[in-house]
Amino acid sequence: MSDIKLAEAPPGIQGSGFFATSLDKAIGLARANSLWPLPFATSCCGIEFMATMAATYDAGRFGMERNSFSPRQADMLMVMGTIAKKMGPVLRQVYSQMAEPRWVIAVGACASSGGIFDTYSVLQGIDEIIPVDVYVPGCPPRPEAILDGVMRLQEIVKNESLNRRQTQEYKALLEKYGFTTHG
Amino acid sequence: MAKLSNETIIARLNSRFEGRFNPLEESYGLLTLETGKEDILDVLEFLKTNGELQFGYLTDITAVHYPHLPKEFAVVYHLHSLVNGVRIRIKVFLEGSYPAIPTATVLWNGANWMERETYDFFGIQFVGHPDLRRILNVDDMEVFPMRKEYPLEDPNRMDKKDYFFGR
Repeated sequence: MSDIKLAEAPPGIQGSGFFATSLDKAIGLARANSLWPLPFATSCCGIEFMATMAATYDAGRFGMERNSFSPRQADMLMVMGTIAKKMGPVLRQVYSQMAEPRWVIAVGACASSGGIFDTYSVLQGIDEIIPVDVYVPGCPPRPEAILDGVMRLQEIVKNESLNRRQTQEYKALLEKYGFTTHG
Repeated sequence: MAKLSNETIIARLNSRFEGRFNPLEESYGLLTLETGKEDILDVLEFLKTNGELQFGYLTDITAVHYPHLPKEFAVVYHLHSLVNGVRIRIKVFLEGSYPAIPTATVLWNGANWMERETYDFFGIQFVGHPDLRRILNVDDMEVFPMRKEYPLEDPNRMDKKDYFFGR
């Protein structure tokens, strides 16, 4: 037997020749194991991310083999590093160009809270301008911590209901951040 | 050993600007002069174009805020004579909250961004500058952050209170 671990099937009803589960769960499984990251790296956390993507830590194991440097084809925006206020509109632009469903990880102290840069020119956490799903603490976080953040996001993705992006709550969230919603 | 002594530089300047500039110090051998905003362009042009001095390279323009002085702001020019291997620093002290000084872009195109940066952080008006707007800070900023007139931290902010961190 191979010791390669496969994604576990969601709970469902199994019989000879069929397996039935909910569409939410099946799609959640597929999404969670094919999250394409968009690295938005501005400083040392980005270096840790490079280590995370490289052979030793091999983020490819989690289905995030392909870095998407186009926001259109990315699922997971990973913001790594200090975001100056002048960079804020750029980050918002990148986020607004991502297609739904989209998720955001704030990697490291600076992206999460401004970190040590408690000053007039630095954004005190990216959640002032875009919604964030997972925060990874550390200055910078080790690759294990970044992978832990990705795995936590995978849990969120697996359990997200398919119509979440159509709900009033979600639209209200985006509108609170000043993004227009359609439909 | 520099090919040009500080005494020579002062002597050459004296030949044209007698009494219109003031040697301040020679800290670590770097000659520092003071002059007025009426004379600064002439002094810079003389230093740049004089065949012997040849201070052709504008290293930097910046400013210093001295809140305790009657002339609060000093604009500082650093020039480098690549031919002679000598540097020089020139300070111009300015009065008022919105001080103005002629632009050096007429002598060096490279002064453009240096003056924008100095305007951005100190609010010095460079009269005649082709495009004097902020360069490093966000455009809608309303203050000049390097002036020594702000508390180190906004006392009203609530997001980093000690009790959030168990302190």
